[in-house]
Amino acid sequence: MRGRTFFLYTALAFGLAFLYGPILSLVIYSFNASELVTVWAGFSTRWYGELLRDRQVLSAAWLSVRIAVVVATIAVTLGTLAGMALARHGRFLGRTFFTGLITGPLVMPDVIIGISLLLLFVTLAEAIGWPASRGMNTIIIAHATFCMAYVAVVVQSRLSGVDRSMEEAAMDLGARPVKVFFTITLPLIAPALIAGWLLSFTLSLDDLVIASFVSGPGSSTLPMVIFSKVRLGVEPTVNALATIIVGIVTFAVVVSGVLMHRAEKRRQADIQNAMREAGY
Amino acid sequence: MPETLRARPEKHQPWLDASLRPYIHIDAVTKQFGEFRAVDRTTLEIHRGELFCLLGASGCGKTTLLRMLAGFEHPTSGRILIDGQDMTGVPAYDRPVNMMFQNYALFPHMSVEQNVAYGLKQDGVRKPELKQRVGEALEMVQLGPWAKRKPHQLSGGQRQRVALARSLVKRPKVLLLDEPLAALDKKLRERTQFELMNIQEELGVTFVVVTHDQEEAMTLSTRMAVMERGQVVQVGTPSEIYEFPATRFTADFIGSINLIEGRVKRVEAAGVLVAAPQLGCDLEVTGATQVREGQSVCVAIRPEKIAVAPNAEGAGPEEGAPNAVRGGARNSVRGTVRDVAYLGDSSVFRVDVGEGFLIEVTQPNLLRSLERKVDWDDAVVLTWRADAGLILTE
Amino acid sequence: MTATAGERRKPKGRATALRAPFHALAQRIGLSGRGLVVAVPYFWLIAFFLLPFIIVAKISLSQMIIGRPPFTDFFVWSDAWLPEIQAYLDNYRWLLQDSLYWVAYLNSVKIALISTLFCLLIGYPMAYAIARAKPTVRTLLLLMVILPFWTSFLLRVYAWMGILRNTGVVNNTLTSLGILDQPIQMMNTDFSVYVGIVYTYLPFMILPLYATLEKLDGALLEAAEDLGAKPWKVFLTVTLPLSLPGIVAGSMLVFIPAVGEYVIPELLGGPDTLMIGRVLWDEFFSNRDWPVASAVTIVLILVLVIPLALFQRHQAKVQEREA
Repeated sequence: MRGRTFFLYTALAFGLAFLYGPILSLVIYSFNASELVTVWAGFSTRWYGELLRDRQVLSAAWLSVRIAVVVATIAVTLGTLAGMALARHGRFLGRTFFTGLITGPLVMPDVIIGISLLLLFVTLAEAIGWPASRGMNTIIIAHATFCMAYVAVVVQSRLSGVDRSMEEAAMDLGARPVKVFFTITLPLIAPALIAGWLLSFTLSLDDLVIASFVSGPGSSTLPMVIFSKVRLGVEPTVNALATIIVGIVTFAVVVSGVLMHRAEKRRQADIQNAMREAGY
Repeated sequence: MPETLRARPEKHQPWLDASLRPYIHIDAVTKQFGEFRAVDRTTLEIHRGELFCLLGASGCGKTTLLRMLAGFEHPTSGRILIDGQDMTGVPAYDRPVNMMFQNYALFPHMSVEQNVAYGLKQDGVRKPELKQRVGEALEMVQLGPWAKRKPHQLSGGQRQRVALARSLVKRPKVLLLDEPLAALDKKLRERTQFELMNIQEELGVTFVVVTHDQEEAMTLSTRMAVMERGQVVQVGTPSEIYEFPATRFTADFIGSINLIEGRVKRVEAAGVLVAAPQLGCDLEVTGATQVREGQSVCVAIRPEKIAVAPNAEGAGPEEGAPNAVRGGARNSVRGTVRDVAYLGDSSVFRVDVGEGFLIEVTQPNLLRSLERKVDWDDAVVLTWRADAGLILTE
Repeated sequence: MTATAGERRKPKGRATALRAPFHALAQRIGLSGRGLVVAVPYFWLIAFFLLPFIIVAKISLSQMIIGRPPFTDFFVWSDAWLPEIQAYLDNYRWLLQDSLYWVAYLNSVKIALISTLFCLLIGYPMAYAIARAKPTVRTLLLLMVILPFWTSFLLRVYAWMGILRNTGVVNNTLTSLGILDQPIQMMNTDFSVYVGIVYTYLPFMILPLYATLEKLDGALLEAAEDLGAKPWKVFLTVTLPLSLPGIVAGSMLVFIPAVGEYVIPELLGGPDTLMIGRVLWDEFFSNRDWPVASAVTIVLILVLVIPLALFQRHQAKVQEREA
């Protein structure tokens, strides 16, 4: 029994070290003065300075962020509808087919999604003249398509945890379906919508392959720029960029973690108070 | 016992008045879910001001029937009238009924006050009136001081009362309650039962309650319907259903009962004589029954209507039970005690009356004593009045 | 039972008579509103997920030409009323003839399979440890597994370039400690590709495994032990079979995208690391042969049909359970 526990925790420790080691090395070497990324030559922040002077990286980052915001918003809207359909609509025509369409983008290799969407856009442009050019708009459509699948799964799983009688009670009290959705369902699944939005934002910001296929000249996203840099070898400014991203993500996760922990603690205290007052 | 606690005036029995139009008329309603028929051609008439219970085991169709009244399900055939209005095609949000859900379904993101106000807001009730009515509703369930709390800050009993206030604040014509007390613990449940009855009497709203708990149904209801496999088996007051069950199913479902198979031997004006091979003797049953000689029937006797006494040598009844119907006589059977269960207020005995056929007997423990007058393996004699039993043919 | 007789038709109140048509209308709108909830995402997915595949299939049957678009038309509008279909199987024949392609397919499947196995071997104990941890610690550990997923995938792959290079962290450390005389070639080999894939997809394996292991009732394990099973036997006969859905889901989440992986073999693999995603990319961007690239895509989808169906079934089951 003890041996097994020891084994499990050792495996966990090694696994986490495996996950975090590389990230840690990125951070450490971003402060390396040497150009030869892995040879330590003293502490320096010079690569951060160079990164901030790199116009190409900055404009690509700005483009990526704009795309990601639009993508996340579209994906949350469509994904919520899809999640509602899956969780609340019981049977409808072609439900199995619909489920297939939703789960497909979750696992389909990026190259397949990328090439097929590009060929679609080319064919459409030939046939109906839209999209006239490829760039931000086509990247947004492509990203929204696979992000909505993720949102749908998150929303559906949250909705299945929301008691249906909650919505029935609202309807029983005189609220029409649309009103029920906005006053009851939406507030109750809000955490899933926030999670879905952030997830879509990250996925969009992170995608290289699909964007490479469907983007046009002059619209290079941040991953495309990074890729062209690191393809040729290690690049100290990329380490600096990675450190900034890791910093932002860690900060966001820690803050939301602390907030959630506090809310949960207050909730537990409330429940205990209520029990005590009731004389249990 | 519950009957005597009733403060309801004896004459309040609108179902006996043929000139009154029923308030809720469930007319030959059937609900089909795919292959499964949840409710099967059910007809029920419920009167204004009644506290009507739908009683049955899980899956008997009682909840589906309630949900059709609320408008969450729609009948496959048949129709439902409430106060003379056909509810067919009327969506849940337009019906003059409100529902109290089994798990209360309180909106977790709203305070007690907002929960109660939700329904009034949907009707466009203006602020001053809204405030006043919410205040009154919370007053009624004694939750005024808790108005600003969120549901998770309340105890189970308080949540139940919020749910009640929320569903009553719109002054519905009918209040539907789905297992209203199931989530409460036993002590609180008993207290709440009476609260619920008082509120119902005060407001005069018609209550339709779904429950699987027969004790709850007996305590609460003016009348109740026993349901089985989508059909109503019997409708009546609690005492009618307990004392005069129409079928074996009802008899067995409500309380405990001894069912003894037999064949009618003789029919007379005072009653009938039934040959009971399981007991090896004949039983006398008086009271109105329509049976013919030779018919197979079932004699049903409630355990508390049988007396048990030690079978002292020579003091027992003569061998061979009665062979004639003598009005007001007692039936008696010899047996051996197989099981004794001491329940505090009463004791339950299982008595083997021959070839392993067990008869259950309940005796109140009238005297304070640690000794048992009747114990395991004792030879006993069971006696009951001829009018204690009931002949069942279905 | 109660008499159904006495069917006096009650005269409908004025209010009801007036309201009835509105109800009918409202219901119809409600119904179409309900329909809209399904229709919008349905339409979107058909237009941007399904239709593209049909177009890929169509183009895979055409021939490359120099022009815009760089392939022949599928439908040829001659004088007749109906278009003639011009389909060529040349591209598929080409895939069969040139060993490059099927070696690439086989190699991709092999690399994906081995990587999946390693993910499972590393991920299972981790998921199990997290599932058995105290609730407070559990949330934290779970967060730690998910966190790398939120940072850039590209940058995490890039990190391994710095670690595995001949002048990278590992080689530098080992040579400076005197364990090695010369750096080992780790970068640009199949080894580095395996490391990259396992590293990137490990969280995808852990999460579904954790989800099933966490639901596992501890009493079942105690019951098995109480009935005399030794710990390893308990694991093999109770834990493992019950976590099978998680194993299948996790394996598919790793295997399917790994087969089509492009970035990892491109950055970490050597010039001879043949994976189909890379071949596809080169065919498309370097050779600009869209019809052959389409044929490669179609065959890749066919390779993935069985694992995709497996994953689909798992998802459907999860949905059913939740519904």
